[in-house]
Amino acid sequence: MSKSLGNYMEIITARATDADVRSRSQDGGIVSAAFIYGIENGILDGSIVASAPDKHNPSPVVAITKEDILKARGTKYSISPNVALLKSAVREHGLEKVGFVGTPCQLVALRKAIKYPLGFRHVGDKVGLIIGIFCMENFNYQSMKILIEEYANVSMDDVLKTDIGKGKLWVYKKDGSEPITVPLKETHIFEQKSCHVCTDYTSELADFSTGSVGSPDGWSTVIIRTKRGKEFIDKMIADGKLETQPADLEGKGGIPLLEKLSNGKKEKSLDTIRIREENGLPVPKLL
Amino acid sequence: MVRVAHVHLSACTGCLISLADSYEKLPEILEAIDLVYSITLADEKTVVTETDEKISIERVYPDNVDIALVEGSVCIDDEHSMALLKEVREKSNIVVAFGSCAATGGINSFSRGGQDPQPTHTAFLPIGKVIKVDFALPGCAPAIEGILNFIFAALEGDTDYMLPYAVFAEEFMDTNGLDLARRVISQSLCMGCGTCAAACQTRAIKMYDGKPNFDMDLCINCGICTFQCPRISVSSTVFNIE
Ligand SMILES: Cc1cc2nc3c(=O)[nH]c(=O)nc-3n(C[C@H](O)[C@H](O)[C@H](O)COP(=O)(O)OP(=O)(O)OC[C@H]3O[C@@H](n4cnc5c(N)ncnc54)[C@H](O)[C@@H]3O)c2cc1C
Ligand code: SF4
Ligand code: SF4
Repeated sequence: MSKSLGNYMEIITARATDADVRSRSQDGGIVSAAFIYGIENGILDGSIVASAPDKHNPSPVVAITKEDILKARGTKYSISPNVALLKSAVREHGLEKVGFVGTPCQLVALRKAIKYPLGFRHVGDKVGLIIGIFCMENFNYQSMKILIEEYANVSMDDVLKTDIGKGKLWVYKKDGSEPITVPLKETHIFEQKSCHVCTDYTSELADFSTGSVGSPDGWSTVIIRTKRGKEFIDKMIADGKLETQPADLEGKGGIPLLEKLSNGKKEKSLDTIRIREENGLPVPKLL
Repeated sequence: MVRVAHVHLSACTGCLISLADSYEKLPEILEAIDLVYSITLADEKTVVTETDEKISIERVYPDNVDIALVEGSVCIDDEHSMALLKEVREKSNIVVAFGSCAATGGINSFSRGGQDPQPTHTAFLPIGKVIKVDFALPGCAPAIEGILNFIFAALEGDTDYMLPYAVFAEEFMDTNGLDLARRVISQSLCMGCGTCAAACQTRAIKMYDGKPNFDMDLCINCGICTFQCPRISVSSTVFNIE
């Protein structure tokens, strides 16, 4: 339990043991490894993930095989409306146990849909696992395209992977050359404005949340929040699907950094909300 | 026991069917409440008055109803509906607009008269335009899980949980897809979760480049998109997860 990171049971540092999963995953491959584990062990029938065949403008897909999940690995810094597919995952795809991955705001939407399901008949009890990713902000596709093509000077076709970390946007190219970076002070103006009223950095409503901040490169920080989340992660560890190390609770680059970033987002967003109210603009109501 | 009434105005009975769709839960609800009035699910109480000119048989809406679930819009051109709705308000402690026809007008809001068998019946309004409504449950039809959560919260007096329904009754009688777009997208609040698109009962909403696009020819003014959108509101109860 902590105010800055939401309620949780445990924080660990982990990564997938399967090298196939880890290659081309964003960080420790936690999300993909978990969904594959779910399918292979009958805990999940499939998952809603963000797919981007062209690597950039993502849209949600229902992944039911290991291949589907691997195809959707990696972070897309654009909006993938994952909740939009929730009903169809249950109805058209007939899933009884759906895995869901989303940004913090999407998890608020999902938890609201589960608790107030007037428009979600026979769906809520079919959500089998909710994975949250850390998220400071997102970008609409046009913004990301400008950043990659005009700021980093890379053609969209040549992009292998993008990442945000250590104060920079990193653009990795398919030819394996040195990544191009754009300092975040230049990307800020491209952030989606609606992200600035969001006070959740670490997906506080997930079964477990994960992100890179707080752990060494190639590893992920995993915040385990619910009983369901804990059972899932514990099983993965017991079956050798995740290797772990204790989270760095003290170091400057460890959990204190995560807390600092989380508090920073909360303060900034509360400020934006206050300014909107002062200007007579609507804000999401907390009832 | 809590005295519950189901009142049927201008609607298709789909909302009641949605309630009956709870299968094993229905007996549990019927055991937890005293269903004092429901022309579909219970025997009605009638009074018969005989005069020289005619014999009239009228339904009696009981006194001291705790919760009245009103399904359907009210036709303001029909004196019987207007009278019944006002009587329901007077005799019921809590009035619930049950489903979109009652909550927002729903598909009835397209009516312009001229239809059989009552061509003069022109305007069908959300009941909140005529009486004070305490809670509104939009949806065409509202999903059974949502109805059950509401009913059990009402039986337990869980007002925190019920608050969004009170706010919807108060502020969102005129909402539809376009209204949601104006309140959220056109206010830089939409973050593209896609919940509205999933909730829409007519698939009027498609997501393009991470934002909803509304096909207003398909929109039936049910308001479920607005109700579900987390950038309109979120209840504090949503943050309690196990
Ligand atoms: C917009 C955005 C901002 C982020 N900001 C931060 C941050 O500030 N700090 C931090 O530590 N971590 C951040 N992350 C999370 C991080 O980039 C990784 O996604 C996370 O660590 C998971 O990595 P992994 O290797 O476990 O997952 P992988 O195995 O690579 O799987 C990632 C999963 O996320 C899904 N996904 C990808 N993009 C999106 C999207 N746009 N919307 C919804 N789902 C998506 C994929 O479909 C895939 O299933 C952010 C992620 C996003 C999408
Ligand atoms: S857009 Fe869809 S959900 Fe919204 S009011 Fe119209 S029909 Fe209902
Ligand atoms: S439900 Fe989500 S996608 Fe739809 S308007 Fe609201 S924030 Fe935007």
